[in-house]
Amino acid sequence: MLEIKNLQVKLEEEDKQILKGVDLTVEAGKVHAIMGPNGSGKSTLSYVLSGRDGYEVTGGTATLDGDDLLDMEPEERAAAGLFLAFQYPVEIPGVGNMTFLRTALNAQRKARGEDEVSAGDFLKLVRAKAKELQIDADMLKRPVNVGFSGGEKKRNEILQMALLEPRMCILDETDSGLDVDAMKLVAEGVNALRSEGRGFLVITHYQRLLDHIKPDVVHIMADGRIIKSGGPELALEVEENGYADILGEVA
Amino acid sequence: MAASAAQVQARVDLTEARIAALSAPSGEAGWAVEARREATARLRAAGLPTRRDEYWKYTDPATLTQAEATRASLFEASGEVPLYSGIDRLKIVFVDGVFDAAQSDDLTGEGLEVDRLSEALKKDIHWARDLYGVLETRGQDPVLRPLAALNTAFATDGVVIRATGKVSKPVSFVYLHQDESSDAILHHLVRVEPGAEVTVLENGPAAARFNKCMEIDVADGGAFHHVRAQGRDHERRAVTHMFARVGEGATYKSFSLTANGVLTRNEHVIEIAGDDAVAHVAGAAMGDGASGAFHHDDTVFITHDAQRCESRQVFKKVLRNGAEGVFQGKILVKPGAQKTDGYQISQALLLDEDSSFQAKPELEIYADDVQCSHGSTTGALDETALYYLRSRGVPRAEATDLLVLAFLAEAIEEIEDERLRGDIHTRLEQWLERRRQA
Repeated sequence: MLEIKNLQVKLEEEDKQILKGVDLTVEAGKVHAIMGPNGSGKSTLSYVLSGRDGYEVTGGTATLDGDDLLDMEPEERAAAGLFLAFQYPVEIPGVGNMTFLRTALNAQRKARGEDEVSAGDFLKLVRAKAKELQIDADMLKRPVNVGFSGGEKKRNEILQMALLEPRMCILDETDSGLDVDAMKLVAEGVNALRSEGRGFLVITHYQRLLDHIKPDVVHIMADGRIIKSGGPELALEVEENGYADILGEVA
Repeated sequence: MAASAAQVQARVDLTEARIAALSAPSGEAGWAVEARREATARLRAAGLPTRRDEYWKYTDPATLTQAEATRASLFEASGEVPLYSGIDRLKIVFVDGVFDAAQSDDLTGEGLEVDRLSEALKKDIHWARDLYGVLETRGQDPVLRPLAALNTAFATDGVVIRATGKVSKPVSFVYLHQDESSDAILHHLVRVEPGAEVTVLENGPAAARFNKCMEIDVADGGAFHHVRAQGRDHERRAVTHMFARVGEGATYKSFSLTANGVLTRNEHVIEIAGDDAVAHVAGAAMGDGASGAFHHDDTVFITHDAQRCESRQVFKKVLRNGAEGVFQGKILVKPGAQKTDGYQISQALLLDEDSSFQAKPELEIYADDVQCSHGSTTGALDETALYYLRSRGVPRAEATDLLVLAFLAEAIEEIEDERLRGDIHTRLEQWLERRRQA
């Protein structure tokens, strides 16, 4: 589904290579996790895949079902089925959350040549999904992420994911800033979306999120490369011994 | 800077050339003739403004002061539902600045006395006599407003309104533009009696060149609400003055929407004269230089001359493709105007580097127990927010419009009436959508 080959990326503004040849394939129905120390390039990978400005791809490819992601605008990537749950969801004063959600859903449907969802149907849909994530009516009415707590912001990300039903979900440190209960709630939201046709790439520092979202494959990223891949046991190893052992082993 | 003899003469010539092209209507009552004569004297004493005047530093008044109006082609708004269509209102129509009885409703209403200005100036209506040119004259100090004096001297039409109770329907001025070289001068009077309430709506471009003056006297406990949209003609020019006096416990609230227009200068001169009064002035302007030049100037002067009064100025502008925005806003707090609460914000969103915004916020305070704040910002679109929206599948143009509407929201929120607010919001959305498809 998501296929990344020898991806090399530098910052646009300065001569700093962040990704130095990432190879990664996420199959439909699978959950892959990427772990790694700070500064290893995990978040950059998620931004580059979703099309954020400020990065320059200097080599390699990234495709979603064979389509070149790197050649698409961010909105085209979204319509193609890619979704990034942000580490720091953006506050947008003046834009109501409901308006935002409906505009996004209908824009994607339109791009795919599907009918727009009526206001009534949308309301039913969003209410049902919001309830599962314990998002109340007030949070839907407020401007996007404005005045939301850390946990509320992350739940709002998962709500968007549930509504947009992307085929490839990237979660960038979704566990950061969450207490245990909030993390469980978010993980349940993610698990509810797991299905045969959908792939996940879960980026995290810690094993604890992976206790709730069980990965099929775990990758360790360091200095702009995937240096080791394995089963869920790899995450446990990191939890016990830190990254030092693995880094030493590879070097 | 002292003006040279040649500059002084040039101003006299400019003023006389303009006066020569005008004539006051005949057959008016003695008091009206006198008011016209005094206004002409004020105009001559001040002389018409030029770019050299401090008050016109950011807006060139040349096309507003020249003897003849510059032609303005008509705007074809095909298949569009006119603004305020769904609102039960007393419709008063002017075509190129001339009252059109056939298209207007009967000039009657509950809690309301309405008359044509031309009729009122022939009669001895004491409240009209006490108002016509009176607030305009007061508004000449400390800053001269010669184009308003010109209006009082030569206005050919308008309406006088006296609200005696809670007026059930808004009074709605519809300004149609049908003649490409029309030059309209309208003057309205509004007297809100103690405890009375009235809403005045305005929409339409009015003429190729439009000079409009409204004098509003809100007596104690009265309320005046005003919502205006200045039409969509690209080439029209307008200079408007709202002169208001706000009595004890009274309310004055005004909102203006401007989209398009080669030149607009909207002045508000508000005197808060009674304790515990409220004056809010807001405006949203959207200019796209790609469809003709756009220059919009909001000039506001609010004087606090009573205690515990509140004033608010909220002005937002979205500018692109070389559009220009100007804001000159002043709060003057007179000695003794204690517990004044004054707020002023002017913000521009520049969608490209060709557009510009000039702001001159001023506070002048002579009382020691007041709370006044002002702010002015000029900025570009929030790129992070734009990326976030696009990452959710919203195309760039649509995402930009969402952020533009969000930016203007604070000004639109100032409109108290929900239906009117909705109408203005829809109008904005449609304007943006058309731009997107263009």
